[in-house]
Amino acid sequence: MAAFKMPGFVVGFILAMTFVLAALVSFIWTPFAVDGVDIVNKLHRPDLLNWFGTDHYGRDIFSMLMVGARTSIAVAVVAVGIGMGLGVPLGLAAAAKQGSLLDEIIMRGNDLVFAFPALLIAILITAVAGPSAMNAIIAIGVFNIPVFARLTRGAALSLWTRDFVLSARVAGKTASRISVEHILPNILNLLIVQGTIQFSLGILAEAALSYIGLGAQPPIPSWGRMLADSQTMVSFAPHLALFPGMAIVLTVLGLNLMGDALRDLFDPKIRRNRE
Amino acid sequence: MLRYILKRLISLGLSLIAASVVIFIAIEIIPGDAASYMLGLNASPEAVDALREQLGLNQSAVTRYFSWITGLVQGDFGISYTYRVPVAEMVSNRLWVSLPLAAYALALSTVIAFPIGILAASKRGSMADWMVMGGTQLGVAIPNFWFAMLMVQLLAIKYHFFTAGGFPGWDNFWLGLKALTLPAFVLALPQASILARVMRSSLLDTLTEDFMRTARAKGRTRRGALVHHALRNAMIPVLTIIGLQFSFLMAGAIIIEQVFFLPGLGRLIFTAISQRDLIVVESVVMLLVFAVILVTFLVDITYAWVDPRLRRRV
Repeated sequence: MAAFKMPGFVVGFILAMTFVLAALVSFIWTPFAVDGVDIVNKLHRPDLLNWFGTDHYGRDIFSMLMVGARTSIAVAVVAVGIGMGLGVPLGLAAAAKQGSLLDEIIMRGNDLVFAFPALLIAILITAVAGPSAMNAIIAIGVFNIPVFARLTRGAALSLWTRDFVLSARVAGKTASRISVEHILPNILNLLIVQGTIQFSLGILAEAALSYIGLGAQPPIPSWGRMLADSQTMVSFAPHLALFPGMAIVLTVLGLNLMGDALRDLFDPKIRRNRE
Repeated sequence: MLRYILKRLISLGLSLIAASVVIFIAIEIIPGDAASYMLGLNASPEAVDALREQLGLNQSAVTRYFSWITGLVQGDFGISYTYRVPVAEMVSNRLWVSLPLAAYALALSTVIAFPIGILAASKRGSMADWMVMGGTQLGVAIPNFWFAMLMVQLLAIKYHFFTAGGFPGWDNFWLGLKALTLPAFVLALPQASILARVMRSSLLDTLTEDFMRTARAKGRTRRGALVHHALRNAMIPVLTIIGLQFSFLMAGAIIIEQVFFLPGLGRLIFTAISQRDLIVVESVVMLLVFAVILVTFLVDITYAWVDPRLRRRV
């Protein structure tokens, strides 16, 4: 794989995979249980037993980070899934019927959703349905739809003018078949790059929503909520804030490095400028 | 140009109407009745009915929608269910915190990003460029509320450069500005990172254009060509990003206000949600969306002004 010859990709891949592995391993093993309260051992500094220390209930921070990775990854994956699953077909349809009423409706709908920052969507949904991880997923997912729809339409439009699409039309293929068989494979690279970036934005958004109490609810561990809990104790127990924050930074950094490297790989014209 | 502005104005109006309908419907489907929520569990049905009558909740949804909209247009946002004061008054007090915060952050982001981006582009491949690219990569990955916590810990609690939170008001301009400095800086950091990267890559794209070679051939110095020819052409993507960032700043401010205990729109929304003061939620969300749509409109107009080619296609 050519991507593995790019240092940025390798570093990003290792970072991102570390957290995916941590999340997977947490299903079968964590150093300590995360649902038990152990007040005797509360607020321990990091040591050989509790690598990242313990929180105000005596829970092991390292174990909580492993389980929290599950929440972050799950929310981001599903949110990107919603964005791609709805955004890509909408973008393909808009491009296939360029200039039609359908195109106009889809694009104006896009603009409308864009006017609501993800956090506002989350606030509206929370006001309606109450805070939960599911509502955070929906809010981030809805915000992702126009991102993918716009990207797909833009890329598909230029493909529709190409000769191979023309010959497919001459061969009698319908617009939807051409979209699936000829357009989609050619924009897959772009979608993967954008998917990686939206994935990292999703992790940041989940952390932010959980931090203000609109995301995952107790007892589900979440990096954002660990930070919120640590806020009042950070002056005498800085490790409570340090490690969850680092986890978020490293995951997002890893995904962004991967995304940038893939973009350069897929588009040699940009590579020239970024090196 | 006038024709273009007119067309954009019409679509601005349509977006606003669509947004208001979406917000109204969202609030409309909330389970639970505001009147019974306000009076508590032991209220008599008659009292609840009387309050519903007083709040106008008995009218049809369509009637309420139009009275809400006509009120908004006239600056009448309704009366808060909880505090019995005009929402407009509550909002305008908060606006004097949130709006300066967002503007301050946008200014900081631009002031930080422009020189950094230009430096990186003009010294491409150098150590400085490499550091800018690494630093901005990190700046994008850091959650701003976490960074805010660390900054408060370091600069406010340990070294007392700033206050840890709260807002003294604008009676003393400098004290107010000082209270907003750390929040604005934290808010600006990720945006500045993005902006610097866009500035750099956009400038690099224009540096390879033919007109740059022509400018150099005419005897312009490298610096002169960069300042007079490349920068203006590189501004279009940069403007787009600045426009987009405004909505991120408004949304980001909601979180940062929580970290610094600033009495802005974000905190207003949160207390309103927990108290089921839906008319406040409705109006504040509408106001924020209006701000985003308006800024997008202004950015589009600015484009057309910077780049006459864009006026033709709408």
